[in-house]
Amino acid sequence: MNHEISLVVVMILVLLADLTIGDKNKKASQLLSIGLFLAHTILCFQWSNSFSPTEAFSGMYLTSEIHMFVKNMLNIGTVLVFLYAYYWNTHENKSHAGEFYFLTLSTLLGMYLMISSGNFLLFYIGLETASIPMATLVALNKKREESAEAAAKYILTAAFSSGVMIFGISMLYATCGTLYFDGISANFSDFNLSIMGLVFFIAGIGFKISLVPFHLWTADTYQGAPTSVTAYLSVISKGAAAFAFMCILMKAFSNYPEAWKEIMWWIIVVTITVGNLFAIRQKNLKRFLAFSSISQAGYIMLGVIAGSDQGMASLVFYTLIYMFTNLAAFGIISSIEDQTGKVSMDDYDGLYDTNPKLAVVMMLAMFSLGGIPPFAGFFSKFFIFMAAAEQGEYLLVFLALLNTIISLYYYLLVVKAMFIKKSDSPLPTIKIDNMSKVGLIICTICILALGFISPLYSFIAERSFGF
Amino acid sequence: MEQLASLAPYVLILPLCMFLILGLFGKKMCPKVSGILGTTVFGIVSVLCYYIAFKYFFSGDYQIGDTFQKVTLFNMEWLRMNQNLVISIGFLLDPLSAIMLIVISTVSLMVHIYSMGYMHGEGGFQRFYAILSLFSFAMLGLVVATNIFQMYIFWELVGVSSFLLISFYYFKHSAVRAAKKAFIVTRFADMFFLIGILILSYYTKTFDFGPLTQVTDGHVEIVNSTMSGVTLLGFPIISIAVFLIFLGGAGKSAMFPLHIWLPDAMEGPTPASALIHAATMVVAGVYLVARLFPIYSFEAPHVLEIIAYIGAFTSIFAAVIACAQTDIKRVLAFSTISQIAYMMVALGVSGYGGVDGLGYTASMWHLFTHAMFKALLFMAAGAIIHAVHSNEMDAMGNLRKKLPITHITFLIACLAIAGIPPFSGFFSKDEILVAAFETNKWVFAVEYFVAGLTAFYMFRLYYRIFWFGEPENGYEHEPHEAPLNMTFPLMFLAAVTVITGISWAFGKFSFTEFISSDYSSYEIHTHWNIALPSIGAGLVGILIATFLYLEKTGRPNKAVSYIKKPYIWAYNKFYIDEIYLYVTNNIIFQRICQPIAWFDRHIIDGFMNLLSWVTNKTSEETKEVQSGYVQQYAWVFIMGVITIVLLSINL
Repeated sequence: MNHEISLVVVMILVLLADLTIGDKNKKASQLLSIGLFLAHTILCFQWSNSFSPTEAFSGMYLTSEIHMFVKNMLNIGTVLVFLYAYYWNTHENKSHAGEFYFLTLSTLLGMYLMISSGNFLLFYIGLETASIPMATLVALNKKREESAEAAAKYILTAAFSSGVMIFGISMLYATCGTLYFDGISANFSDFNLSIMGLVFFIAGIGFKISLVPFHLWTADTYQGAPTSVTAYLSVISKGAAAFAFMCILMKAFSNYPEAWKEIMWWIIVVTITVGNLFAIRQKNLKRFLAFSSISQAGYIMLGVIAGSDQGMASLVFYTLIYMFTNLAAFGIISSIEDQTGKVSMDDYDGLYDTNPKLAVVMMLAMFSLGGIPPFAGFFSKFFIFMAAAEQGEYLLVFLALLNTIISLYYYLLVVKAMFIKKSDSPLPTIKIDNMSKVGLIICTICILALGFISPLYSFIAERSFGF
Repeated sequence: MEQLASLAPYVLILPLCMFLILGLFGKKMCPKVSGILGTTVFGIVSVLCYYIAFKYFFSGDYQIGDTFQKVTLFNMEWLRMNQNLVISIGFLLDPLSAIMLIVISTVSLMVHIYSMGYMHGEGGFQRFYAILSLFSFAMLGLVVATNIFQMYIFWELVGVSSFLLISFYYFKHSAVRAAKKAFIVTRFADMFFLIGILILSYYTKTFDFGPLTQVTDGHVEIVNSTMSGVTLLGFPIISIAVFLIFLGGAGKSAMFPLHIWLPDAMEGPTPASALIHAATMVVAGVYLVARLFPIYSFEAPHVLEIIAYIGAFTSIFAAVIACAQTDIKRVLAFSTISQIAYMMVALGVSGYGGVDGLGYTASMWHLFTHAMFKALLFMAAGAIIHAVHSNEMDAMGNLRKKLPITHITFLIACLAIAGIPPFSGFFSKDEILVAAFETNKWVFAVEYFVAGLTAFYMFRLYYRIFWFGEPENGYEHEPHEAPLNMTFPLMFLAAVTVITGISWAFGKFSFTEFISSDYSSYEIHTHWNIALPSIGAGLVGILIATFLYLEKTGRPNKAVSYIKKPYIWAYNKFYIDEIYLYVTNNIIFQRICQPIAWFDRHIIDGFMNLLSWVTNKTSEETKEVQSGYVQQYAWVFIMGVITIVLLSINL
């Protein structure tokens, strides 16, 4: 429980800081918020070192080492998002900066609960805690209409999917007589109502991870939301949901894999393909990354369908790498957007001539997302494909591989724009603020090095064993 | 053990860091600083290597009885393919890798020092040191590999750094061509190597050298139990696999007919030639065969026999060509090919265990001595080229007074390679001849003849450089001795050559204590019935060379006129390059590649274009789904749920 308690304390302190010194000294209160969260992150690492599995609320809340790892991972991602958002929060969003930190941390708390739940009720509470403040975050950019539109779409779809999901959970309760995962695991059978409940549950979480056909909100929301929020949404929120999804499938439905394996098979194929097909045509980079993230979600689900310890390890590893890679891309996009207001791919023509460093980092991110060796993205794809292939999903892996070729096409389009195309009016040379710089450097190092730091994967794999 | 394990990673990490630092920030440093930095750091690496090798051989902790144990100092899992098959990066310490550590660190350190003088004032000085560090990293990683895949990875890294060094003078057309040639030829061979690795690991389910070289009851158990009886096209699959692996080694070690890249590789800077194309990288093939020797010896003895014949042919072939070359670096290049082939022969005729494994010991021993004196020869050649600004013999002559240190060290190396006691080369070569004599008389006869030939062409080279008379048009400018940082490595390596030879002669030191095919030490004695005739052959070679080249006379031309045809053939390297060119241009490119290119352009590309057109079209057609209306999103959502429910419930 240490993670959650400490996070709540940090949240309260952040709120107090905003109330007391926020008006007089915006910068100080923000730095304090970031510092507090950083301290929380470091403390969490400390706790994870000496740790034994615990449970609370009579088994509603469970935690084990891999949960700790994922929470730490989300913490790091959130720190990176804070770093990127700092410039935006001290300029455009000056008046609502305090809310940004508080609301982000509340969603993070929700994700913690989602991950550690041992009961559908707690899971649902976590999901809602993660969703509702998120809509506010999406709407934070009050001066832009798009932001409000995005938030409206998000909250409507979220409400809708929550409804479907809670309906599904009620069906599961009706057939199994309990909401505890182990209880459901014991009582689940191929009774039609149970399967319907399972499908409704998958639909609800599919919205969070933006799996096709529950993905339609993604592009509009990503585009309209403030870029830092988009980054948070596409990486942290998605990663947490994917991990929680796998945990639940393994805990509650592992006795009856036939029920969900085939569903997931089709969802994965459609998700990857649709994500790719739509990404090809996008001109707005945020929208482009939205569809890219949909297809990436499909790849993450390969670990779910593997349903093994190796699948779990590769899923966590994939999410970790994806986090750094996507945050690198978003870091560039948000810096450029903050300073010039431009997010179209055409604006990036000839970026290398004016901003060589930014262009190189963006290129690394694109290569890593596309899975080109020797960057980290290659290794994460390798492991997750391997995990699926180990379970005999050869056709699925083949289709996923075909799709990576399509994805390479559009990732390389960005690289082509930056390096090969010439522009009459290229973007001016941009001076990035120090906070974003730190974030970008961390992401770049991780993209370059994580694939080679093999103990990391072994570390995750050890903890995934029987999690 | 713990101590060595904690030191071992630095052997690899330090050169890699040096490569990164010099490669990334070299331009910001002054050349001198980067040279000193690179040399100092590599000096530390050398000390580490010596310390590890010393501890391994002399502390006694790694021996049981008189058998050395294989120790894995660290082994880090890198890529796990599945439950069994793992690629690791590690550090394997056994007599073989310990010897290689000594060879590589010594020669590389000497080259680091030497280059400070030789490359002084050259553009790209920092780049040179950066690539030297990369090469040292790759080569050290190769020899300490714990598994065959790690070896392959570093093998390719070695190839890349060799490419970079050959094309160091990238503005020279010939250097670029040579680099391309070297890369393509070795890469072509590496393809077979990879196929061999894949076949081997497909059956044995492991890359690890531990089980792959574990001998029990006259068999390598894991190979024998999984691969015996399997055949492909009538050949045992194991023979095919290890032959393919050997082909990879043959590419790097320039065995006929894959030798064509090595002479051209001399376009690179001379220190690089000394390090890569004389002492270290080119013996990687020998090392590879030695590393997998139990498999060759027990599971594929016929392949071993083929290796012996290929080696024997290559050694005489290259020696004959060396007699007719006039570019001093090319003479040394062909001499290198010939000598490496010698080592291959020694492995080819060797058995396993005890005195039967004499060939194995002799091969490694010759690898060691040859690395020292051949690096010395190359560096001396560099000093000479430095002095006269030409590679051609005709621009040299009578340099013995002007370059006294170079002269003496060069002479020592020539005596060593010619097999004159008490220099180190005599002993290693002698053991190879003994091993060949006991196994295969034909191979012995060839090698015996090559020994004489070697003495001849080396002394032809020696006399043409240091005696013979000054060139007709005079020197380009007055030759002078090289600075100390160039002559020091020469003297050091000459001392190694002399000391190892003499201490062997007085029985203070025997290589058989350190390395043998089964890692147990055994005793041997000098076989005078073979040693004496081989000294004789060497002396005859030297005498003929003295007669022809000591002074400027008409004798060489006269001698050539007796053997005009063979001479021209040898001068033109038996037209192997031309044959390659003909085959690639006229047969492969025109007859095979062009039709395939047509097929590729029209059929394959057409199909691919169709696919991309379909993808694009689909993408365009379906974009309407993303309408922006949230009510429609909900509609799609609920229809999706209903569809899945209908698909998955049992009605």
